[in-house]
Amino acid sequence: MATRGFFGRSRDPSLADRVPPGQSLTDGFPVLSAGPTPRVDLKTWTFTLKHGPKPVKVWGWDQFNELPQTKMTRDIHCVTTWSKLNTAWEGVAIDDIFADVGIEPPTPYILAHSVEGYSTNVPVKDLVGGKAMVATKYKGAPLEPDHGGPARLLVPHLYFWKSAKWVNGLQFTERDELGFWELRGYHAYGDPWKEQRYTDDP
Amino acid sequence: MQSLAPLRWQTGTIEQIVPRTPRTRSFFLKLSEPFMYEAGQHIDVRLTAPDGYQARRGYSIASAPEMGPDRIELCIEELEGGEVSPFFHMVAEPGDTIELRGPLGGHFIWSSEEGGPILLIGGGSGVVPLMSMARHRTASGSKVPMALLFSARTWEDVIFRDELLEMHGRRDGFDLVLTLTRDVDKRDGVHARRIDSGMVMQAIDQFPALPKRVYLCGSNGFVDAAANASIEAGIPATAIRTERYGG
Ligand SMILES: Cc1cc2nc3c(=O)[nH]c(=O)nc-3n(C[C@H](O)[C@H](O)[C@H](O)COP(=O)(O)OP(=O)(O)OC[C@H]3O[C@@H](n4cnc5c(N)ncnc54)[C@H](O)[C@@H]3O)c2cc1C
Repeated sequence: MATRGFFGRSRDPSLADRVPPGQSLTDGFPVLSAGPTPRVDLKTWTFTLKHGPKPVKVWGWDQFNELPQTKMTRDIHCVTTWSKLNTAWEGVAIDDIFADVGIEPPTPYILAHSVEGYSTNVPVKDLVGGKAMVATKYKGAPLEPDHGGPARLLVPHLYFWKSAKWVNGLQFTERDELGFWELRGYHAYGDPWKEQRYTDDP
Repeated sequence: MQSLAPLRWQTGTIEQIVPRTPRTRSFFLKLSEPFMYEAGQHIDVRLTAPDGYQARRGYSIASAPEMGPDRIELCIEELEGGEVSPFFHMVAEPGDTIELRGPLGGHFIWSSEEGGPILLIGGGSGVVPLMSMARHRTASGSKVPMALLFSARTWEDVIFRDELLEMHGRRDGFDLVLTLTRDVDKRDGVHARRIDSGMVMQAIDQFPALPKRVYLCGSNGFVDAAANASIEAGIPATAIRTERYGG
């Protein structure tokens, strides 16, 4: 159903395969989060890998940054309908976190945890094989608190709420357990190309 | 609490358009598929161009749930150079149908049964979901202490001004604290600076206890400033919920 009198902003057809349906491009970098921006102290920052309730390994900030560094330049898509092309991130690939403890993923599901009790669920297959990282830098500079600094998950092929800000741990879970936003109406998986925005979307 | 209504696309018919300020207008929509909603929730609208291109945006519901389930009020600010909001200001007319779905959002919500005290802090069009909460308090006959700290540019930019002043005037536990960041005239009882912790303290001064919850809504910069001011005023960060409109 066309909307009477609506034509939209002019579209660049050469970008059609990079902008998912219902999204529009922004040059800015909007911020969305459920509460105030937490102030995280690097001296006490830790990152914990868990299997169920059991910690597998805990890294401090310096230790974490000694892991191999990876750069990723990707397009990102926020569920509130903005997309941003060619965002440049740097951090630690999830593959390298698992390699550091010599672990083969024991379950197919991860719940990523953040300070203040937020969480999001992501299948392991969407985190490995170079698809995702814990990002600590954006455009070459330390990640701003507003954008999830000092460290955020980056899973660019899913809607951006999956790229949990202020991430401080990954937990293997036996089942696909819904995270904070997923329990509040957002889709369990969040593929932007299928427009999986809200719980009921196919 | 989470709504279990299906999130199918439906059509809303514009019944009435009411100018609120020079830059904002309210749109009263009749829903083809009525839904129950909670104060603070939003809907997504979807506009379709003749070639099939679609633009979507989220808009908070301004009306109280008590006005439902077949009508909602949206209040949209015109952003220069924007794609969707100028459509609502320059093209949309009563009788037009708009695709939408909702209600959406299960975090930035308040029901009078949850109690209070409740502090609301809004900047510009960020007042819209807070208006739904204030109206819900009144419509449900709740006596929960509530204060709205509202930052606008000028007196003319105070969305829902008359209704808010009327609510404040009832003295039934709802307080309006206004701050106008670009007004030329000084007005009694109205601040003329950006939100700070002193202003937050004044807003919660009448409360019998610290607010049970604080709802902040507006641009990202505004929400950050309001969050910092609230934390400096002694409110625990865990009590604060935010909705950011971008920018
Ligand atoms: C949950 C939620 C609830 C909301 N509720 C409300 C509400 O109640 N009321 C309200 O008014 N708003 C609300 N918003 C904001 C709303 O969704 C829109 O973001 C807003 O109306 C602007 O949309 P737009 O299409 O007009 O502007 P956009 O096209 O998105 O552009 C925004 C600004 O960026 C500039 N811009 C961006 N990209 C380009 C480009 N490629 N070319 C040129 N200029 C560009 C535009 O000039 C404009 O000033 C809400 C947002 C959210 C997330």
